[in-house]
Amino acid sequence: MLKQTKILTKRYDLDESWTLQTYEKTGGYKQARRAMRMTREDIVAEMKAANLRGRGGAGFPMGVKWSFMPPKGDKPHYLAINADEGEPGTFKDRTIMEKDPHSVVEGCIIGCRGIGANAAYIYVRDELHLSKARLWDAIHEARKKGYLGAKPFGVDYPVDVFVHTGAGAYICGEETSLLNSLEGRRGEPRLKPPFPAQYGAFGMPTTVNNLESIAAAVPILEMGGDNFSQLSDLHHMRDGGSRLFGVSGHVNNPGTWECAVGLTLRELIYDLGGGVKGGELLGVIPGGSSTPILRPDEKVHAPNEDDPMHKWHGQSVLDVPMGVDTLRNCGTMLGTCCATVLSDQACPVLAMHNLMRFYRHESCGQCTPCREGSGWIERILDRIVAGEAEIEELDRLHEIAGNIMGNTICAFGEGTAMPALGFLKKFRKEFEDFVRTKGKSSTGRLTIAASSDHRAA
Amino acid sequence: MAFSLTPERQETLQDILSRYPNKMAATIPLLHLCQEQNGWVSDEVVDYVATTLELPTAHVFGVVTFYTLFFTHPMGKHHVWVCRTLSCALNGADEILERCKDKLGIDIGETTEDGQVSLHTAECLASCGTAPMMQIDKEYHENLTLDQVDVLLDRLRS
Ligand SMILES: Cc1cc2nc3c(=O)[nH]c(=O)nc-3n(C[C@H](O)[C@H](O)[C@H](O)COP(=O)(O)O)c2cc1C
Ligand code: FES
Repeated sequence: MLKQTKILTKRYDLDESWTLQTYEKTGGYKQARRAMRMTREDIVAEMKAANLRGRGGAGFPMGVKWSFMPPKGDKPHYLAINADEGEPGTFKDRTIMEKDPHSVVEGCIIGCRGIGANAAYIYVRDELHLSKARLWDAIHEARKKGYLGAKPFGVDYPVDVFVHTGAGAYICGEETSLLNSLEGRRGEPRLKPPFPAQYGAFGMPTTVNNLESIAAAVPILEMGGDNFSQLSDLHHMRDGGSRLFGVSGHVNNPGTWECAVGLTLRELIYDLGGGVKGGELLGVIPGGSSTPILRPDEKVHAPNEDDPMHKWHGQSVLDVPMGVDTLRNCGTMLGTCCATVLSDQACPVLAMHNLMRFYRHESCGQCTPCREGSGWIERILDRIVAGEAEIEELDRLHEIAGNIMGNTICAFGEGTAMPALGFLKKFRKEFEDFVRTKGKSSTGRLTIAASSDHRAA
Repeated sequence: MAFSLTPERQETLQDILSRYPNKMAATIPLLHLCQEQNGWVSDEVVDYVATTLELPTAHVFGVVTFYTLFFTHPMGKHHVWVCRTLSCALNGADEILERCKDKLGIDIGETTEDGQVSLHTAECLASCGTAPMMQIDKEYHENLTLDQVDVLLDRLRS
């Protein structure tokens, strides 16, 4: 159900929303002050009750993740915040950093307290210069006030926050690759186990959270975890709260909005996104390019009454509330909750080609199935697009993608293979026609409007 | 000639070092700092970073070659990055890129003869809602039209 909220975004429209002055005038830093006097267990309990499913893509419950951190011994603990925001189609974390950076700093204080850490590193991709500057300014303002440093809010528990920058590598959004990059190494993912909670940044217990996840720690403490969770239509499925939704691609009104969890793709595309631009809906990639595409004619099949999806049996996948488990049950993923819309004037073969070029370019090269597989996929697609491929090569694509699945150190492999298989299965006819007619069956383009006549800025 | 940071950047380096439990973690921030001064990461820069952080040269070189934003040869004074990933491609990224190539008279990965501008493609820059977009040096330019591209590129070279 469409329920717009103003919790994470409550300051977005205020003047100089990024300054300490505005932040404190609107209730800022009260929860960090409180958290400094709470026990770790109490903080973690609130996060668990909030049912906040990680906003970075995997959807793991934040409170549970925090509870994996060992009791404080002599080893330092670290909090690492993921603001790599590299998943194609995703543009939400940037809005928080630009418009409300203090909420990130406050979230980091709460997070450090909740996991027994004294330092948080916010890993921001290098290109986001404004985001980095806003975060640093916020950190300096908070330090000056004594909210960070040796005794935050007068409590003898040092907390500091730093911004660390990447240098242009999508893979550094993967949490263990991020940790290597933070340590000053090549951003190659690590084998798990050991998990970051045992052996993370600098070999110490570490929690990695997405930037939106950590910013939400503030309203969670303010409202109480359970109240936060209940905002969601999927509270009963332990998928709580409100979050940022984005939509881009072929929609009339692209953007991001904060809504309670439970919004449907149809509401996102038509009510918020202003509907499909230049044609009818061909398909929608629900949460970043690693999540398999959905077609509007796909229906939920859950005839069994015990099935958690039974409620939506027979309905279009566009009418299912967007949740971590609901979309998984639709054969895709919620991912970053930023959707990409394709109109039927765009060619699905070219869309897949565009994305597979991306994955080949971004594979870190560590695992053979991913390095070679992503290259083969791109080369076959090059041939298809050039009108040089045979129909059998579509089966080769299936095979190659299938061989990547489960055979790589990190989830980049699945993130490449799953959307590849999604395109191939759901647009089989379009792919076959394309190969047979050497592309004549296709509109031959991705862009539907000349860039000079759409949306005058 | 050996590379060294300007005194002002030396101070920044001290601040960077204070953020981490060891020196190696300063590798990427220090490389950024050096590249900002030198325009690219030369062998001398690699040696400087290795010596300063007490790391093997091979480590620093491995890091430099992993990340796309470190350049291992001289580049233009300005950098133009055109995003070509899906949301931008759905909104005219190809045309934007073609216009940049025409206007600058160079291909992707090249630098204009006057050494002013290098043209690159970029992967999704988290600006999909305001596609098509490009980044020029540190600035994002969003909801681009071809006319705006002309103006922006003219401004760079005047
Ligand atoms: C290839 C790849 C890229 C990723 N990129 C990002 C990213 O840019 N931002 C992010 O928050 N998480 C990203 N993730 C997910 C992280 O590994 C991790 O699950 C997340 O940061 C945990 O935070 P959360 O539990 O709060 O969501 C990526 C994962 C993979 C496999
Ligand atoms: S696709 Fe260009 S900014 Fe995301």
